[in-house]
Amino acid sequence: MLLDSPHWITIVILLPILGGVACFLWRQHIVKLALATSIGTVASVGILSLQVIRNGVQRYEMGAWNAPLGIELYVDGLSLLMLLVTAIVGLATSIYAGAYFKGKKANLFWPLWLFLWSALNALFVSADIFNLYVTLELIGLSAVALVALSGGANAITAAMRYLLVSLLGSMLYLMGVALLYHSYGTADMALLSLRTEMTPTMWLIMGLMTVGLLLKTALFPLHFWLPSAHASAPVPVSALLSALVVKASFYILWRLWIVVFPLDNYAQANLGFILGTLGSLAVVWGGIQALRQTRLKLLVAYSTVMQIGYLFLAFPLANIIGWKATLYFILAHAIAKTAMFMAAGNILLYSGHDSINNLDRMAQRLPLSIAAFALSSISLMGLPPSGGFIAKWLLLEATIVSGQWWWGLVLITGGLLTGAYAFKVLGYAFTQEDSVNRPCLVSIPKRMEWMALSMAIFAIVLGFIAPFILEIMDIGSPFSGEVL
Amino acid sequence: MTPAFLYALVGIVLFTIGLYGLILYKHLLRKILAINIMGSGVFLVMVALAARTEDAVPDAVPHAMVITGIVVAVSATALALALMLRVNEEMGQAVLPEDREV
Repeated sequence: MLLDSPHWITIVILLPILGGVACFLWRQHIVKLALATSIGTVASVGILSLQVIRNGVQRYEMGAWNAPLGIELYVDGLSLLMLLVTAIVGLATSIYAGAYFKGKKANLFWPLWLFLWSALNALFVSADIFNLYVTLELIGLSAVALVALSGGANAITAAMRYLLVSLLGSMLYLMGVALLYHSYGTADMALLSLRTEMTPTMWLIMGLMTVGLLLKTALFPLHFWLPSAHASAPVPVSALLSALVVKASFYILWRLWIVVFPLDNYAQANLGFILGTLGSLAVVWGGIQALRQTRLKLLVAYSTVMQIGYLFLAFPLANIIGWKATLYFILAHAIAKTAMFMAAGNILLYSGHDSINNLDRMAQRLPLSIAAFALSSISLMGLPPSGGFIAKWLLLEATIVSGQWWWGLVLITGGLLTGAYAFKVLGYAFTQEDSVNRPCLVSIPKRMEWMALSMAIFAIVLGFIAPFILEIMDIGSPFSGEVL
Repeated sequence: MTPAFLYALVGIVLFTIGLYGLILYKHLLRKILAINIMGSGVFLVMVALAARTEDAVPDAVPHAMVITGIVVAVSATALALALMLRVNEEMGQAVLPEDREV
């Protein structure tokens, strides 16, 4: 049976990369090829999910070479949800980008984006720390090229800065890989988890890898490169970067933390506290900076800095509910932020600027986009019944279970700050501007407005399908710290 | 001290020199070179530590990793150089805005 074939894990990696190459070769059919590839990739992720939900964890040995020498692919509940959210955001962005990019830019966007998709999928199914390095670099290189796509001094310098930061992060991570391989003789995560011990070398390895991955994840205070890169990129790229790319390096750090790093109580308490504190500072700092912005896309980019902070609040708790909350944050933020960037992009395209003070009755002019912005803010604020609410609820439960209620205060502060900057935007969108009306308004393809709205609605729906998602999270119990 | 250990130590030194250069120099070409030096440092550590004892045949896996790493480093350098040229075109000098001397 085709559906029982074990090869779907490789197909979710191969299909987008082949589609990307095809887009590069046959430019006259580029949009059709790209959309067909996107739909095909989503379908293969769908089939893989059916297999995982029905039969449990999926394992695949590339070329039938097994662990110490070969490359092992592995899909459990955590990997699967990352693949699924990538597929959903990817499909929505592809549909949006089909209307957004025209001409030469389209020829450059599609191959790069499909390469990025392939690299993301490859990262989420890798069970080998060196393979993770390679996929991380593939993601970095295609993401940087995508940022540079919009041209102009801002985008080019932002891309350059992003590339330098990204390469520095990879080098630190790779040094960690070199030392881990030397100390324990394997790059396979499952084998490493059986062998690692707390030694001085292990502290060095943990330091190198953590700092490298935090740079790429843009956790405060290492977020300095993110706002310029995410705000100056073309709209679909901003959505992809905020929703998926920063989560990729976070995912590696998370897996290492749960499976590979042999954290004893002392290390767990101290390192967890440091990461949790940096996360809290990111929430507060990102929120305040978002409030201070005068341009809409920068506001949305700072909101990403803030939301990344939430992901680190579960590190000091290190219990299973906390980890589930983190995964829920990732899903809810990815969907909501895609909608928000699309809405901001529609406003920018429509009025030729994205200055927040001049949103002049935008609620009447682009009602669907403003509705999308409002709905996605509900999820980012964490109001019921959205996906963001479930994430915050789980995290609150985790802080109480572990007796560290003070991390809950960060959630409340973050929610208030998000509310403040969302209402600032919505306030201006409903009121009339005093100055003269700008006559040069461009009409927006309906598809772009509806895509923004449907993603925003999905961000709310995510709150209703929580039991189903929580069930998927348990497949292969990725958070128990046992062997992969 | 075995020769392999000495090489690994040199690798760490190269890595540190590269890190220093990346942070302190402002010109983008210097930054890109610094990253390459860091990369060479990591690769040297990998190759050197593949020899676990003096007489044994070195482990082949780190060598394969280094080859992959070199391919990645070459592509990254190419992209970085292309971007540097564009920065130079747009800004008049190959320096990031925050590093410009007023």
